[in-house]
Amino acid sequence: MKHIISALVENKPGVLAQVAGMFAARAFNIDSLVVGRTEDPKLSRMTIVVIGDDRVVEQVRKQLAKVVPVVKVQDFVGEPVVARDLMLISIVAPPEKRPEILSLIEMFKGKVVDLGLKLVMVEVSGPEAKIEAFINACKPYGIKSVARTGTIAMPRTAKTEP
Amino acid sequence: MASKSRSSASKAVSKDNSSLKTGAEIIVDTLIKLGVDTMFGYPGGVVLPLFDKLYDAPINFIIPRHEQGGCHMADAYARASGKVGVVLATSGPGACNLVTGLATANMDSIPLVAMTGQVRTELIGNDAFQEADTTGVTRPVTKYNCIVKDVKDLARLIKEAFHIASTGRPGPVLIDLPVDVQVNKASTDGPDKIELPGYRIRTKGHARQISMAAEAINNSRQPVLYVGGGVIIANASDELRALAQKANLPVTTTLLGLGSYDQSRPESLDMLGMHGTAYANFAVQECDLLIAVGARFDDRVTGKLDSFAPNAKIIHIDIDPSSISKNVHVDIPVVGDAKEILAEMIKEVKPQPRKKWFSKIAEWKKKFPLRYDKNSSQVKPQYVIDELWRQTKGRAIITTGVGQNQMWAAQFYHFSMPRQFISSGGLGTMGFGLPAAIGAQIAKPDMTVIDIDGDHSFNMTLTEIPTAVEHNLPIKVCILNNGYMGMVRQWQELFYGRRYSKSYLANPDYATVACALGAVGKTCDKKADVPKVIKAMLAEKRPCVVDFRIEREENVWPMVAAGKSLDEMDGLDILERLI
Repeated sequence: MKHIISALVENKPGVLAQVAGMFAARAFNIDSLVVGRTEDPKLSRMTIVVIGDDRVVEQVRKQLAKVVPVVKVQDFVGEPVVARDLMLISIVAPPEKRPEILSLIEMFKGKVVDLGLKLVMVEVSGPEAKIEAFINACKPYGIKSVARTGTIAMPRTAKTEP
Repeated sequence: MASKSRSSASKAVSKDNSSLKTGAEIIVDTLIKLGVDTMFGYPGGVVLPLFDKLYDAPINFIIPRHEQGGCHMADAYARASGKVGVVLATSGPGACNLVTGLATANMDSIPLVAMTGQVRTELIGNDAFQEADTTGVTRPVTKYNCIVKDVKDLARLIKEAFHIASTGRPGPVLIDLPVDVQVNKASTDGPDKIELPGYRIRTKGHARQISMAAEAINNSRQPVLYVGGGVIIANASDELRALAQKANLPVTTTLLGLGSYDQSRPESLDMLGMHGTAYANFAVQECDLLIAVGARFDDRVTGKLDSFAPNAKIIHIDIDPSSISKNVHVDIPVVGDAKEILAEMIKEVKPQPRKKWFSKIAEWKKKFPLRYDKNSSQVKPQYVIDELWRQTKGRAIITTGVGQNQMWAAQFYHFSMPRQFISSGGLGTMGFGLPAAIGAQIAKPDMTVIDIDGDHSFNMTLTEIPTAVEHNLPIKVCILNNGYMGMVRQWQELFYGRRYSKSYLANPDYATVACALGAVGKTCDKKADVPKVIKAMLAEKRPCVVDFRIEREENVWPMVAAGKSLDEMDGLDILERLI
């Protein structure tokens, strides 16, 4: 089962290596890992997607919490969350195919961010399933390259504001 | 006019400078403030500023012959004293040589602060001379590590290192110190209060969990206390004894738990696990309640996990939440400090006779005691340990190598005091015994310290004999010399058709080696000589090495083979035949 784990960590050198090293040492698999700043300059947020049974993910959560600069760990499984990925995708788009491709982009609420002679670069964000669906829809045209961020997530307000 | 203003400006600077301290001064001052009076370490290029400050510092400084030895000494110093061990090494090779020692301390939760020199900050990453990515190399074998890039952070980071090393589940912390940070100046002594937002330790157990645990004990007919090194770390032996005696609970310990409970007590089941006693292993397999305290369900303890304590409800008391339900599902977890939790539990448990359970245990004890062939004409390793125990009245500190020597020491020296048995349990580090004896003797100068070692374990670190000689430490080394890597040979005998592949090395004459290194050396190859050789050894005021030429193919019994259940012990028939 897929778990989205959110960890607030101290924003100091070496933290990413400590967290990544712990995952490697304990043979936990990381599906994706995103690190970014938060509203507090002293803290960063790591959003880590892990696949494993409950026992494994429970260990992941505990071992993460044990890493000294990790301040707080939450497992969002079973909770209402907003989870988003961001993707840049470069699609083969010769002039005669562009109208279909553009309407496809429209359907997925994507944004054209770069246009070349043969390629169009599109920015798409959304839940992972939507990103996957867009990739599949683009396959017939030819995909030159893909860059994805991995998932970031936040619980819905109903939970945090009673 | 101009010259006047220049001189007043320079005056102001020098006044400022006088309140500033160099990094090296800050380190030494902070260590002294933290109560450090003993350190182990080896000099080198990029730690010279620090060693210069140590030249006249009021710190007893012990130089090992190899950094690994220094790290084990600091580790054993911590194990014997309960204080934080401190070890210092230079960059690159010095730091890398600490790795085995750090991993040893990490696996056994020993409070250690390691400081390593590092090349100048602007050279880091350039493959400078004696540069290694020390924080990278040691990250997986430390509780925490960091590099100090700014002298203003130095005092704070040292204080944090001691705090992290010694609290919660203790462990080694490494601080990497670039040489320019040791020279640069700052005025700060660091904050008085340590603030680590990601490091919070829960010491007080949850009251409801404690009550549930106590109730489970009160309702249990066949309980067993399973005690690990955590009880010794928590200084909770008194509470453990009080609990066991009030609620009438049989007690078994892990290897690292030896000494937490007086083994001469009738309710002691001695050690459990792969080479534990039959009565401990049977009791665990038949118990209806297993109360784990400061233990971590290691594979050498549990045997085959699926069939471990199959009928038992499990209580687990531990300060490390990640230990709970890691290997075995726990029914009643209690996170916190063992001393506090046991003290609370004592109030809630009720005295119970449990006559049936104890009579069953007494039967097992009668039928399957630990035994060896007393009629053999050869020097039996167990006899040597038996005799050591007798002559020291069970009051010595015992350190060990790893393998058969370690298991025999665990089985035949009956421990009664915490911090009396010092051994590399989790990592199983051969070569631990001698440097550990040195560290323990420095921590406890008035006690008899004996390293019960194997020949091949001893080979790995015998270079530390001159360290013991230099400091005039009366340590004793008893080499149980069978000319084999004994445990490897035992496994090859049992599981690899007696093909003794590479488990034999040509050994030197240890008595001669010891003498050449400045210690006393003796050899004992006759059974009849064992008592008098031990007597003479114990009377020695200098380091003394005794080479006991033991029966070469003696095995450690009983044995739970890897992957077997605890009650599937080999060797019980062999033990039964010995009277």
